[in-house]
Amino acid sequence: MHRVYEDGGREIVLTIFRHNPNDEDSIPHFQDYPIIERPGMTLYIALTQIYTSMDHDVSFDFVCRAGICGSCAMVVNGKPRLACRTLTSEFSEGKITLLPLPTFQHIKDLSVDTGTFMNAMTKRVEGWIVNNSPQDISTIEKPIDPELSDEIFELDRCIECGICLASCATKVMRPNFVGAVGLNRVARFSLDPHDSRSDEEFYELIGDDDGIFGCMSFMGCQDHCPKHLPLQKQIAYMRNKMVKVR
Amino acid sequence: MKIIYSDALIVGGGLAGLRSAIATKEKGLDTIVISMVPVKRSHSVAAQGGMQAALANSVMGEGDNEDVHFADTVKGSDWGCDQEVARMFVATAPKAIRELANWGVPWSRISAGERTVIMNGQKEIIQESQDAHGLINARDFGGTKKWRTCYTSDATGHTMLYAVANEALRRNVIIHDRKEAISIIHDEKKAIGVIARDLVNGELIAYVAKGTMIATGGYGRIYKQSTNAIICKGIGTAIALETGIATLGNMEAVQFHPTPIVPSAILLTEGCRGDGGVLRDKDGYRFMPDYEPEKKELASRDVVSRRMIQHIRAGKGVPSPYGEHLWLDISILGRKHIEKNLRDVQDIAKTFNGIDPADEGSKGWMPVLPMQHYSMGGVRTKPTGESTTLDGLFAAGEAACWDLHGFNRLGGNSVSEAVVSGMIVGEHFATYCKERNLNANTSVISKFMQKQSDYLNEILAYNGKENIFDIKDEMRSIMQEEVGIFRNEEGLQRAVKRLEELLIMTKQINVKSKIRGNNPELNEAYRVPKMLKIALCVAKGALERRESRGAHYREDYIKRDDLNWLKRTITRWEAPEATTPTISYEELDIAKMELPPAFRGYGRKDSIIEHPQSMERTQEIEAFKATHPDMDRFELQEQLMPFELPLDYKKKNQRIGAEYA
Repeated sequence: MHRVYEDGGREIVLTIFRHNPNDEDSIPHFQDYPIIERPGMTLYIALTQIYTSMDHDVSFDFVCRAGICGSCAMVVNGKPRLACRTLTSEFSEGKITLLPLPTFQHIKDLSVDTGTFMNAMTKRVEGWIVNNSPQDISTIEKPIDPELSDEIFELDRCIECGICLASCATKVMRPNFVGAVGLNRVARFSLDPHDSRSDEEFYELIGDDDGIFGCMSFMGCQDHCPKHLPLQKQIAYMRNKMVKVR
Repeated sequence: MKIIYSDALIVGGGLAGLRSAIATKEKGLDTIVISMVPVKRSHSVAAQGGMQAALANSVMGEGDNEDVHFADTVKGSDWGCDQEVARMFVATAPKAIRELANWGVPWSRISAGERTVIMNGQKEIIQESQDAHGLINARDFGGTKKWRTCYTSDATGHTMLYAVANEALRRNVIIHDRKEAISIIHDEKKAIGVIARDLVNGELIAYVAKGTMIATGGYGRIYKQSTNAIICKGIGTAIALETGIATLGNMEAVQFHPTPIVPSAILLTEGCRGDGGVLRDKDGYRFMPDYEPEKKELASRDVVSRRMIQHIRAGKGVPSPYGEHLWLDISILGRKHIEKNLRDVQDIAKTFNGIDPADEGSKGWMPVLPMQHYSMGGVRTKPTGESTTLDGLFAAGEAACWDLHGFNRLGGNSVSEAVVSGMIVGEHFATYCKERNLNANTSVISKFMQKQSDYLNEILAYNGKENIFDIKDEMRSIMQEEVGIFRNEEGLQRAVKRLEELLIMTKQINVKSKIRGNNPELNEAYRVPKMLKIALCVAKGALERRESRGAHYREDYIKRDDLNWLKRTITRWEAPEATTPTISYEELDIAKMELPPAFRGYGRKDSIIEHPQSMERTQEIEAFKATHPDMDRFELQEQLMPFELPLDYKKKNQRIGAEYA
């Protein structure tokens, strides 16, 4: 009834950064992998094909392969993005260079450690609900304004893929910067009526140059966020709030 | 030898594992969660449509309560589930959802007043009450009498997993990611931890604890086409099997979801149909009402999947380069609804297929085909979550078979089960760990460490001609073709025979890189034999079960046979060198059931071989009700089938209008 795919059939070349920092003999280098493009081919499909049929030693991270889990962020022809959602047909030259996501601990080839940073960031900004009043979960839940709940959901959609940090100039200068991922998290909890924290308490968490005052508004985070989160608006909103605290 | 001690060890950092970790921290236990991936990448995150809990806030959920949710779940399971566990589950689910709200899940909330919805292809106006304003909303899902599936757009698993993971971090649960458990440390009686492999540098680590929990999810990746994440290989289930002591339950019970998108096999939520979407064939004809006049597109998943394949076999499939498929049409819901409540679906269709499902008419139709989606089988446990045969080993969530789902799980009951089992099993697990001293014999630990180290070296020394990737591909094709939606004796025999051969062939490979460190091919070389053992449990269980029940459908035994097959399949791997599992059965006792076997209300009505006891038990229950007119529903329930819950999870749940009735 309608055509689903139109591309396919040409030869494309994936140029992949290869290095294992845990192996003393490993020397960083690029390796070319020519493959035949298939209709609807994503980088997930292309890399899986390379791994299973050409080079059993190449490492990368995919989990959900549907743009939901945030595992597969990497630098694709100079831009940080989710590999699973990237179609090879987007690159008319047929040349695709892949590098691991910067600012995170490199594991091997295209694989990086995001878990350590994200868990530490969560602890740093106390990215959870704080509420010490006793709660009886057999009683009817606290009513929440439906629009407010949708607004919180909007910010809760962050998948911690790390692309905002890989796109961030501040992060290059300040390794401890919590990034848009951290600031968006705080904005999210500051909106939530379940959370009892005051602006003063949020200031204690992010009121410094590794927090809300570190952002230089270059907007790389918002430009590259695969979930299209309104990151700059949230950062501006939190900065405005935090400035008023002191 | 690197040994890491804790009070409570949990393998798997999805919803079930992390919620269990919160339960053990609550009791002051040192808790470690190990996970193959950063925990927020776990497959729980991919759950889209929602979580079932009988809150009855919406007008479309009016009259809903634990009893209705219980009956839906038992019917959905095709009477294969443990009804006591189903009762425990439905009583706790409303508490789970309210707890999650307190932890920050931004559930979609009800707006008082008029709302337009699509039902049976038509626009209808419903009126939400003022009392319900701001309370948690619910949508319709398959196999349910009420609108009971609570949601956050179509990213429900994401918001749930993040809330639970953040709460776990708040409580200082220790998380070790990129660690894969490859063996359970145990003696004849008791499990005391796992040997794990660090996936960054290949190091082996012994995690030793008072109690060990497997919460590693399902085994969908043994199939060629599966909606499951890449990590859902069933390794946690396999290492339980490899103890030779722990057993697995109902491994042949594998769910096929009606609407993954073709060809990428990415799921499109049941919420598409719950919200009013319909299935169409090559002529654009809506065919489900012809097969299922009562529930139409919203019969249970096993029934809808079979009807779709039946329709394709009748020549009504849409031809494509990827084989035949059908269409899922949600364009009738309108762009506004799709962009708010089905946005990930829209995003997936746009990104992977170049289709905007909000486009009107056939332009927006999405190509779909039933594919593997969920594993009802898993580590067999008691209702407490503890292995029936190996002390100190617990299991929760999709990895477990405490048996909530029997032979078919209802949509919306998976994330719900994950969290609820984390609460219930997590609590029993915490009590177990609290009451015991760490009694770990170092010689046992070093024996297991040495064994795994030797095994990895043995793999690297293999010098055969086979290729582990080819073996894996063939396994996945066999499962797809012979152990799929439609099964028969001949195909299943072929499958078991070939899977055994493939298992033997895994020792005739040659791993190119000989390093023990970060070596992706080595990962495959030790995972594939484990996957094959799981596949053999599924295929052999399916071969032996000569009836059709829920998702297990035999073309040569099309009836549900309550007379001979009202029992749970138990598989055990007797010896390490065995190439096939040993099968036995656990009887289900009709005399103890609160809801005796009957027709489900959908599917084929004429295809049940009844057990005479079903009628006897039904009459017994009716007589009891008639002679006790003063008993309320809770008292009646208690008399018919008593069940227990830890903490105050058995407390009555409050609802608007009904209060605690």
